[in-house]
Amino acid sequence: MIQFKNVVKKFRAITVLNQVDLTISAGERLALVGFNGAGKTTLIRCLLGEYSHQGEVWVNGQASRLHRQQILTQVGFVPQLPPPLKMPVGQLLQFAADLCHSPIERMRMIGDRLGLDFKSVWHRPFVKLSGGQKQKTLISIALGRNSRILIMDEPAASLDPPARRIFFQLLAEFPQNTVMLISSHRLDEVAALVNRVVEMDRGQIVLDDKVVDQITQAHLYCRLHLNRAEMAFANALQTWQFITDEQNLTWHGQVASADRLRFLGMLSRYASLLAHVELEEMP
Amino acid sequence: MVHHLWLTAKLDIAESLRARWFLLYSLVFGGIVALLFLFGLTESRVMGFTGLSRLLIVYIQLCMAILPIFVLITTVRSVAGDREAGVFEYLLSLPVSLAGWYWGKLLGRFITVYLPVFLAMLAAALWAKLNGLAIPWLQFIFYSGLLLALTWCFLGLGLLLSTLARSIDIAQGLGFLLWLLLLLFLDLILLGILIQQQTQPEIVVAIALLNPMQVFRTAAMLLFDPQLVLLGPAAYVILDHFGNTGYILWAFLYPIILGSLAALLGYHLFKRGDLP
Repeated sequence: MIQFKNVVKKFRAITVLNQVDLTISAGERLALVGFNGAGKTTLIRCLLGEYSHQGEVWVNGQASRLHRQQILTQVGFVPQLPPPLKMPVGQLLQFAADLCHSPIERMRMIGDRLGLDFKSVWHRPFVKLSGGQKQKTLISIALGRNSRILIMDEPAASLDPPARRIFFQLLAEFPQNTVMLISSHRLDEVAALVNRVVEMDRGQIVLDDKVVDQITQAHLYCRLHLNRAEMAFANALQTWQFITDEQNLTWHGQVASADRLRFLGMLSRYASLLAHVELEEMP
Repeated sequence: MVHHLWLTAKLDIAESLRARWFLLYSLVFGGIVALLFLFGLTESRVMGFTGLSRLLIVYIQLCMAILPIFVLITTVRSVAGDREAGVFEYLLSLPVSLAGWYWGKLLGRFITVYLPVFLAMLAAALWAKLNGLAIPWLQFIFYSGLLLALTWCFLGLGLLLSTLARSIDIAQGLGFLLWLLLLLFLDLILLGILIQQQTQPEIVVAIALLNPMQVFRTAAMLLFDPQLVLLGPAAYVILDHFGNTGYILWAFLYPIILGSLAALLGYHLFKRGDLP
């Protein structure tokens, strides 16, 4: 569905993407991770047909730059930084709905679910909204369209926890063949959603981990020792059927192979509590 | 593409109507007409011109001084400003055609820039009619056309500069430099010096014919007093060769063609380069 072939992007003497090869099939939900300056946003912009580049980027057999408009009819995009648009929220939604031939009501409905009261912000300039409101508006536009490809650059960064939960729920409701490309610094945040992790570093792909390939009968045995007990972590581990000692300081249990990414994502949220971690694959 | 062009034009018009520059811009042109009436310009007489004719002549001279720099400075901010602010990354991720987007911006900007200038003239005409003054329709249409050509020309140039520059500061600097250059090559300033320094007459005439501000100035004075002392030497020679009709055609067509070519080059660069 999406193919990057030997893509190179340079800004004067600086090479930001260095011979990137990547193929994404229908239904793949990909987490694009990496440090600042790794090339994630540049890769996304090449896919959106916004950058000229060497090499080829194809979407459904069409070159991303040459057939930019046709490709973008299928793409819902949420940028990392909301644009400083002075137009009122209502006008932005109307503009997007007209261009994408999508009903504006659907966008409003998504906003409602995310907890954004469109009525109260309809006439307000987009730029004057809070960070969370801006993000919710952009998510409403991206998810309210008939998108077959969702590209999201740090989409949940400004969302409050309830909105974040609903956002992930909304993503989970998308058809199975939808391609999702989610760029994030925090793998734990998107771990539950994705089935593939691509890590970039200095313009190159340094890790391409297809979680689905790992689904075997094998389990991961895990033993954790904590430096202090925390109720929230205890509750989280109990949902994984982990067993503890009396002080709630040592926990152990098994994680199904297909869930290891999700589990490690959960674990990373409580990194400061971990004194010792043991992981072992069991046949 | 037409649908996208109109959607973008509407967006740009709405954006301009909200902007402070547009308010100031409309106030300037509306204010000029109001002040000219207030100071009784229609009742004074210069070289046989009185009433609305007199007012229109002064108005068009003021427009020549204000309109190009105003159009350049506000337009160069357009593409460069949106790019710098990160607006392009998002809006151009929507399935809008690049041609629709670019030409829609030009159309929207043209409407917002030309309309206040024209409406101020129209308001003057209506006011004159209410006060029983004769309306010189030929002069009115002629000046409306000249202003349209001038506006289009500087919009095209502004959009080209805006596409070339990667930041607002550079775009504004380039816009100001262009205006200064064209201003310096007006007949009575640098062209006069060039003639005094015995530069080849063909070069002087070519510069005068290629400078859209000079073309506008000469054409605006055709109805006023096409004498050497007012026109300047190069324009006088040109008029002598072209004749009035030939020059009027040049004055309408040349700025429109120049503006269109500049905008077209801007579009080509915009389409070819990195969008955000």
